Amino acid sequence: MNKTVNQKAWFLVLPVLILVAFSAVIPLMTVVNYSVQDTFGNNQFFWAGLDWFDDMLHSDRMWNALGRQLMFSCIILAIEVPLGIYVALHMPKKGFWSSFCLVLMSLPLLIPWNVVGTIWQIFGRVDIGLLGYALDALGVDYNYTQDTMDAWITVIVMDVWHWTSLVALLAYAGLRSIPDAYYQAAKIDQASRWAVFRYIELPKMAGVLMIAILLRFMDSFMIYTEPFVLTGGGPGNATTFLSIDLVKMALGQFDLGPAAAFSLMYFLTIMAISWVFYTVMTTIDKRDGK
Amino acid sequence: MAKITLENLAHSYLPDPKSENDFALKELNHDWADGEAYALLGSSGCGKSTLLNIISGLLIPSQGRVLFDGTDVTMSPTADRNIAQVFQFPVVYDTMTVRQNLAFPLKNRGMDAAEIKRRVQRVGKMIDMEAELDHKARGLTADAKQKISLGRGMVREDVNALLFDEPLTVIDPHMKWELRTQLKQLHQDFGHTMIYVTHDQTEALTFADKVVVMYDGRVVQIGTPQDLFERPAHTFVGYFIGSPGMNLFDATIEGATARVGDTTVDLGGTYVASGKTQLGVRPEFIRLSAGGAGIPAQINRVEDVGRHKIVRLNVEGRETNAVIGEGVDIPAGTDRISFAPEGINVYANDWRVSAKGDAA
Repeated sequence: MNKTVNQKAWFLVLPVLILVAFSAVIPLMTVVNYSVQDTFGNNQFFWAGLDWFDDMLHSDRMWNALGRQLMFSCIILAIEVPLGIYVALHMPKKGFWSSFCLVLMSLPLLIPWNVVGTIWQIFGRVDIGLLGYALDALGVDYNYTQDTMDAWITVIVMDVWHWTSLVALLAYAGLRSIPDAYYQAAKIDQASRWAVFRYIELPKMAGVLMIAILLRFMDSFMIYTEPFVLTGGGPGNATTFLSIDLVKMALGQFDLGPAAAFSLMYFLTIMAISWVFYTVMTTIDKRDGK
Repeated sequence: MAKITLENLAHSYLPDPKSENDFALKELNHDWADGEAYALLGSSGCGKSTLLNIISGLLIPSQGRVLFDGTDVTMSPTADRNIAQVFQFPVVYDTMTVRQNLAFPLKNRGMDAAEIKRRVQRVGKMIDMEAELDHKARGLTADAKQKISLGRGMVREDVNALLFDEPLTVIDPHMKWELRTQLKQLHQDFGHTMIYVTHDQTEALTFADKVVVMYDGRVVQIGTPQDLFERPAHTFVGYFIGSPGMNLFDATIEGATARVGDTTVDLGGTYVASGKTQLGVRPEFIRLSAGGAGIPAQINRVEDVGRHKIVRLNVEGRETNAVIGEGVDIPAGTDRISFAPEGINVYANDWRVSAKGDAA
């Protein structure tokens, strides 16, 4: 086939290129720029090469934050995904209560993140918070501002409270798309409840669940506002996740170079993990399609 | 295998049905004889699937009882009824292979592996998927999936009844014919009671010993294909069965004759009928003539469909069809039609009326 060659067509993509350049490429390049330079103030910069990257790769601080981050993401995924599926399976299927549950479930998703943090910050306080006060009254030694374990539990419970709905709503949508005939056929085939879940519901939900896992993973991997408001990364550095650490470094200490190198690596890590997810998802689709 | 009895059965999807119109399935008494093949025929939404789902236990009827060999199973769950049912749209377990799909209903019943293997192999051959037994079910075409659904129904040999809910809708015509033959074969081999829901009259007439015609939630006629053709009990049966359907003429019944427009028609029997009275005459029993006695008619067009010709006529503003056999000429200048006496049925308010002294 003969293609018409018309170089003027490039002008048609120009608006998009300009837009993307201003919204993504140029800001990213300033970060790249900082990451290879050092400054002692006065807006004077010196070339530093890849030193900052090297520094960061050998920094315990970053590795510890990454460790905490991964642990946090894994824990909330391990709780939110099964819990979301469980909730979706037990939601009313139609009628008033179904709409009621859907609205109720959407509420936590609509609350601004810093408000979520504030809610739990107050909720957990031993002096005035309902949760903290009640636990204290029951004789439980609970104090999220001083005890690492308590802080972790509170941050995790807060995230579960905030985001399980998302998984549940996605799973619910997946479940609703299963035609009744499947359940009827399963009854005819005398399938057990477990078999219905394993062979009908789970395969039909697989697509949305992968999306839910991907969304929850990325989101939790970048979490900042809620734990920052709740614990401020403490006690000590116990709940200092990657982005909290990054902000401390960039804005608190004004270490622009290391912070830029850090954020580039952070960005690349998320890209790489998402790419792996995406590849796995599409390969599963292709393999099953055969 | 079992005889299935329906007693005063009716179903409404509304929680509190008031009038008869609220019922999707109107009161019904019927025995499905053991080992017979029935076709349940009717247009969409006439209650066929409702009836089927009540028999299989997927639906609890609003009133009445379902008996299997005299045992009341109205409230029994599907699992206890030992029924196989195939649905209109393919249901396959995506993540399993074809073999696992076919074995699934047997496995759930705890059958031993050797027996499962034997049956799966047999059914695999029946649905012509032996080569694909170890493929994943997900990527298959709609027909292949429906064949698997059928296979899952056929793999159980000891069922009380096999129910089919328009199972061949998604299958291509050639395979349709072949699968129907397989189903008939299966029926002959095992003698299951089979109920086959369809809205395709050819399918119903070729598959079944007896055809049950439903209309608007009611069973209007149960009979052999021949009964339905010759003596439709309701104008709907006349219209629905046959291609083209029965012609209906508004008529006044006067004992042994009827008046259609200005013409008197001899009925060949004495009838008492009141209300909205009509004559039903199948296109096969319409005779064409030029001049002479008969009802005035004009030919609109003639369609040659191969084995016979369909003549489309205009009789007093109403479309009427006549079927003329191959090799029979249409008289030149046709302007009258008459009815063969054996082909006339009398209807009052849409229900067939028998002649006096005639048990049929």
